[in-house]
Amino acid sequence: MNRRDSIKTIVISSLASGLILEGCIPREKEMIYENVWKYKYGRTPEELQRDLELLNQVFFSKKELHSIRVLANLILPPTKEGTIDQAEVPEFIEFIVKDSPSYQEVLREGLVWLDEQSNQNFNALFVDCNEDQQKSILDTVAFPKDKKSKEEIFFSTIRNLVITGYFSSEVGINDLGYKGNQPNIWDGVPEDVLEDHGLSYDKDWMDKFVDQSKRNDTAVWDEDGNLIS
Amino acid sequence: MEIIKNDKKYDVVIVGSGAGGGMATKILTDNGLNVALMEAGPFFDPANADQQLHLKWPYESPRRGKGSTRAFGDFHASYGDWALDGEPYQMKNGTKFNWWRSRMLGGRTNHWGRISLRFGPNDFKRKSIDGLGDDWPIGYDDIKPYYDKVDKLIGVTGTKENIYNEPDGFFLPPAKPRLHELYYKKAAEKAGVKVIPSRLSILTKRINQDRGVCYYCGNCGRSCGVYADFSSSSCLVFPAQKKAQGRLDLYVNSMVREVSVDKNGKPNGIIYINKEDNKEYSINAKVVVLAASACESARILLNSKSVHHENGLGNSSNMVGKYLHDSTGADRMAFIPDLMNRKTYNEDGMGNMHLYSPWWLDNKKLDFPRGYHIEIAGGLGAPMYGFGFDFNSLNKYLGLEVGGYGDRVREEVKKYYGSTIYFAGRGESVPQKDNYCEIDPDTKDKYGIPVLRFNYKWTDFERKQAQHMNETFERIVHNMGGHMLWDNKAPDYGLKAPGEIIHEVGTTRMGSDPKTSVVNEYEQLHDAKNVFVVDGGPFVSQADKNPTWTILALSWRTSDYIVNELKKQNI
Repeated sequence: MNRRDSIKTIVISSLASGLILEGCIPREKEMIYENVWKYKYGRTPEELQRDLELLNQVFFSKKELHSIRVLANLILPPTKEGTIDQAEVPEFIEFIVKDSPSYQEVLREGLVWLDEQSNQNFNALFVDCNEDQQKSILDTVAFPKDKKSKEEIFFSTIRNLVITGYFSSEVGINDLGYKGNQPNIWDGVPEDVLEDHGLSYDKDWMDKFVDQSKRNDTAVWDEDGNLIS
Repeated sequence: MEIIKNDKKYDVVIVGSGAGGGMATKILTDNGLNVALMEAGPFFDPANADQQLHLKWPYESPRRGKGSTRAFGDFHASYGDWALDGEPYQMKNGTKFNWWRSRMLGGRTNHWGRISLRFGPNDFKRKSIDGLGDDWPIGYDDIKPYYDKVDKLIGVTGTKENIYNEPDGFFLPPAKPRLHELYYKKAAEKAGVKVIPSRLSILTKRINQDRGVCYYCGNCGRSCGVYADFSSSSCLVFPAQKKAQGRLDLYVNSMVREVSVDKNGKPNGIIYINKEDNKEYSINAKVVVLAASACESARILLNSKSVHHENGLGNSSNMVGKYLHDSTGADRMAFIPDLMNRKTYNEDGMGNMHLYSPWWLDNKKLDFPRGYHIEIAGGLGAPMYGFGFDFNSLNKYLGLEVGGYGDRVREEVKKYYGSTIYFAGRGESVPQKDNYCEIDPDTKDKYGIPVLRFNYKWTDFERKQAQHMNETFERIVHNMGGHMLWDNKAPDYGLKAPGEIIHEVGTTRMGSDPKTSVVNEYEQLHDAKNVFVVDGGPFVSQADKNPTWTILALSWRTSDYIVNELKKQNI
């Protein structure tokens, strides 16, 4: 059994009465699994089952999801560094509202409010307005002062989710310039950065830090605890 | 219910596979004993691809790492947090205690911060110094040889500093400070606060051929896949299994309910619930070692009632569960304008801060009795769920407009990336008899085991200490030209609820008087010579240090004692 099959067995056996998969034709089953295998980290069987259930529920309608996509592109316009779709922001928002249901009402009502505003002012759905018209609506809620109105809370919420969704994606991480999460040898802050900040490593301190050329030499100490390797 | 018997008779049964249980497993099996190791959670190996959490990207989680099922996020290596499904706990008198439980092989050692501090000579004799609480029945010299051995076996970074109450050890060389840590050092020293390289159980240098060397991905909280950080599973239990050649049986998903006794009231093993079939089983052993965590071990003792031990086992003094205490904690965060618009580079480093501040003052000149140390966090970390929330709220400190959308978003997110520093004060509380856990008479968990009920209140000692932490952070941030992002106001000064620092200890405290303590200096029950407690329970006081290194050293000392007592046929 390969690794994926072994996890599948765990999921299948842990799915109480197979409430989701009963009645599915085999190809649908395969697609349902593809949804969950796209994500892979050391989940417990219970967490995997929870993800499987959430990923196969639908919260937003196609129309709502389209509004979210349009709104997300206004919040974070595409550049050559990355786009909302490359970052799978709409998919992330669809998932997170099922994962954290407290988001559901504020987002759904906010989307309705957007269309009410655009109908009132421009006699069209929000997504069918031109960019200037759309921005004129967003500008009324994008700069909250002190106590936020319901609509301002909606906009702050979706803006948070769009920005966090973008910057935690592969393109967003590259755009941000995060360079870590990979094996490497840390040997201090780069020289040019230290210089920019007017800092340096004290000479007295330098001898204390790890000599990375000897990292693979097994540690040996004298009886006073001085490292001698 | 029928209890299913296991015919095998073990020398020792150990309950819990975290720091204390892992160390006992290693030392006792190394000495030729037959051992059963009980773990309430599943098998866990961070190197197993199916369980791997380190080096994962946020987008490998559908919620981008959000802590929906794990309090500290998806990739955090703890199965369980302050709440477990079907395993509640209660509180009384309107007090609060948050109880963290990691149900997995290695327990909490998989996710902890790896801060590995020895207690100093003063930490064992607090009553002699300030008249509060009690002295330990042992002193630093009793435990020093074991700290030395733990350093060499497991590995800890550090530097010789010759500070009396922060004893030096056998250190691996520390990693160079990050940029914000250099800022911290300068500003803290200007405020009179000592700053030294961190003491972390992370291998910056090879210590043996079974474990890898740190490759600086910053993921220690996810448990290291090359075993370059200390987790009890990878560094103690696996080596023990390898060497024991069949003398070690590991029972996972096995929830221990009580210590069993024979017809004369002498403990003879344990009774556990196998989570696979929900049936009760017994394990027979000459010696029982409890290492289920301070509160869980107290729960097992209190639930071990029999005609011989009506009050629970080891509880003739009524002290089991009493003197529960956690570290104090207060946190602040600051925006440092000099850290705006950073050039980016890989700054992950080790899985915690590279510098910290040990306690640097004399309490005789202060209005609270015990000290604290300062941990810091910051830098060019990995973006996860929550990154970019209120993306330009820091504009207010620069007199710029807050809010908006469009092109400014990318620009402003990048402008502020890496410009904040987090400060965490972690201090010593004064143990109180009235802070305790006990069995709740009305509630059982899903296995039918009576649950714990907590009663815990902080005193002004802790509140005043938290106030001092805040004042210190403010002075340091002032020296950095920074702005505090929030205030911690009176009367609590941001003091975290008990249990939130996850250093709870003291529930089976050590002492020479059986009337006021539960175990003796070898962590042996006064009431039963063949039962030992090797987690944080025996701590008389917990110092402003993280407890793990002391749990490990004491567990080793106790294990040596068990081996000798068995040889002498005393137990």
